[in-house]
Amino acid sequence: MSVLLQRDVGGDTAGRPGELWKAIKQHRWHYLFLTPMVVLALMFTVWPIVASWGISFFQWTGYGPLENFIGWQNFVEAANSAQFWDAFGHTFMFTAVAVVIEMPLALFFAALLNNLWLRGRNIYRVLIFIPVVTTTAVVGVVFQVLLSPSGGAVNEALQTVGIIDQPINFLGSEAVALPTVLAVNLWKNVGVTMIYFLAALQTVPGEVYDAAKVDGASRFQTMRMITLPMILPITLVILLLTVITSFNAFDLVQTMTAGGPNYSSDIIPTYIYRYAFNPEQFQPRYGFASAAALFFGVAVLILTVLIVLPGRLLQRRQSGEGRKR
Amino acid sequence: MTITNGDRVASRVPPPRSGPSSRKARRNRPRQFWYHLFLIPLCFLWIYPFLWMLAASFKAKEEIFLNGASLIPHAPNFENYVRAWNAADFGQYTLNTVIVVIFHVVLVVLVAALAGYGLGRGRMPGKKWVVGGLGATMFLPKGFTVLPIFLLVNALGLNNSLAGIILAESGGAHVVAVLLFMGYFAGIPNELEESALMDGAKHPRIFFQIMLPIAKPVIGTVSIFTFIGGWNAFLIPLVLTLVRPELRTLGVGIYSFSGEFGTDWTGLAAGAVITILPIIVVFLWLQRYFIEGLAGSVKG
Repeated sequence: MSVLLQRDVGGDTAGRPGELWKAIKQHRWHYLFLTPMVVLALMFTVWPIVASWGISFFQWTGYGPLENFIGWQNFVEAANSAQFWDAFGHTFMFTAVAVVIEMPLALFFAALLNNLWLRGRNIYRVLIFIPVVTTTAVVGVVFQVLLSPSGGAVNEALQTVGIIDQPINFLGSEAVALPTVLAVNLWKNVGVTMIYFLAALQTVPGEVYDAAKVDGASRFQTMRMITLPMILPITLVILLLTVITSFNAFDLVQTMTAGGPNYSSDIIPTYIYRYAFNPEQFQPRYGFASAAALFFGVAVLILTVLIVLPGRLLQRRQSGEGRKR
Repeated sequence: MTITNGDRVASRVPPPRSGPSSRKARRNRPRQFWYHLFLIPLCFLWIYPFLWMLAASFKAKEEIFLNGASLIPHAPNFENYVRAWNAADFGQYTLNTVIVVIFHVVLVVLVAALAGYGLGRGRMPGKKWVVGGLGATMFLPKGFTVLPIFLLVNALGLNNSLAGIILAESGGAHVVAVLLFMGYFAGIPNELEESALMDGAKHPRIFFQIMLPIAKPVIGTVSIFTFIGGWNAFLIPLVLTLVRPELRTLGVGIYSFSGEFGTDWTGLAAGAVITILPIIVVFLWLQRYFIEGLAGSVKG
């Protein structure tokens, strides 16, 4: 995925039109091989984006032709809706938790399980990773049962141990629902980030640690002064991947709370889903759902550019320095 | 920095060092103890939901409310599985999922391998744009364009059919798959292709008879990832089966089960086990390739 941070991917562009045509003809087979992917990408990636823009300017229930052009009204409505901004904020809560809690936790697990002398480290890795490959819908509905206030295993265990007197209504109370979903999402995703960090740690040669030991560095010092700076470039890639993943919480939120109670755990994808496919107000509102989706998409785009840009600048400066030397 | 293929990643993983590592293990015995003292309870709690699922799926319906957290069923029985498989249609959902996933994997591997060959072997005009476009696609959050995809599948007349689900899932950009194939094919020496061309072979034949068989490691990696992704897919099958419950896949099936029979916890647990057992087995069986593939995507 680090291809993104790479410049100059290749491909010759010929100078004159005649040469260009010759090059195209010469590579006709290669173009043919590309065709299925390009056609599918046009259908399922490019067209949906274009169509979203188109639909977002109409009031449309999905039936009949697109006629009721209303300009930017859907966008204005979304921008003025407190519920939309709540969902917007909750969506980025998932990103914040992923960056602030999930990444350090994953690094911690990776550092623990990267010790060659630790027996069974592979088993531990696999166990921590298992939630990642599990069907999210299953995780959602099973946690719904586990966290139930009436007879759910978690409340039962907490009461038996004596931590709480009254069962906690994890998914049914507005104050606790979102943190609970965030925690389950963290549990589900931290394994993959741990694998990324394990890969990163393995790029640090063992001699470096030996040298640090000889110099009398503590393990914490070694981590902070040596390991972290050495894995910084890969960490930027991991950050990007983690941020992108954090926007895919629809499956879990929809199956655990469907955005409830009273929209307290609503995120933009569940918000869109509700307006488009599961309308509370009689008819689906495709135009409004598209506008909300675009609003969100643009925000995500800005955020990812903000993450990618420093990485590329850093790389460019480094390669520039390299050339000077 | 590029995406590395399975082979190159494997070569970078240090070989098992049984000798020095066991010597080290002896030296670290006290530390070893503290690590396990922390890790064993942690991992038990970590996978408790799975153990609960398994236990609950064998419990009697009433038992779950009496002693819900316990992991040992009083009188283990298969009733929940029978009920989930027949009455709750998990048999049908499993069949649907298997059909969707098989076609999904074949389609993605084929399309990605073809594209990867085109991009990896040809240095044609426009290549930069295609690769750049692929990269940009990775930033798009999933689910954000599901509405137009739904409309497109409708317009193609494929709504409420497994074919629609397969197409919509496979049509989404499988960027990593394409880049993996691209990297692999780009690394194959030119002589192979040239001598085949000299012998009069055409590109399709070179692709299917020479290149594709060499690319087995990548096909394996891409298949595993696509299989797991397809099996766990939720939003697209959900949206495309809203009015045809008999076409649901397992993920959608378990979701609607919890909506319709919310209080049948043991049946739900059985459905959950049916849904995730195949994926867990495949993962445990092929985990090395899976984890190396993931690791390879950040290194390189």
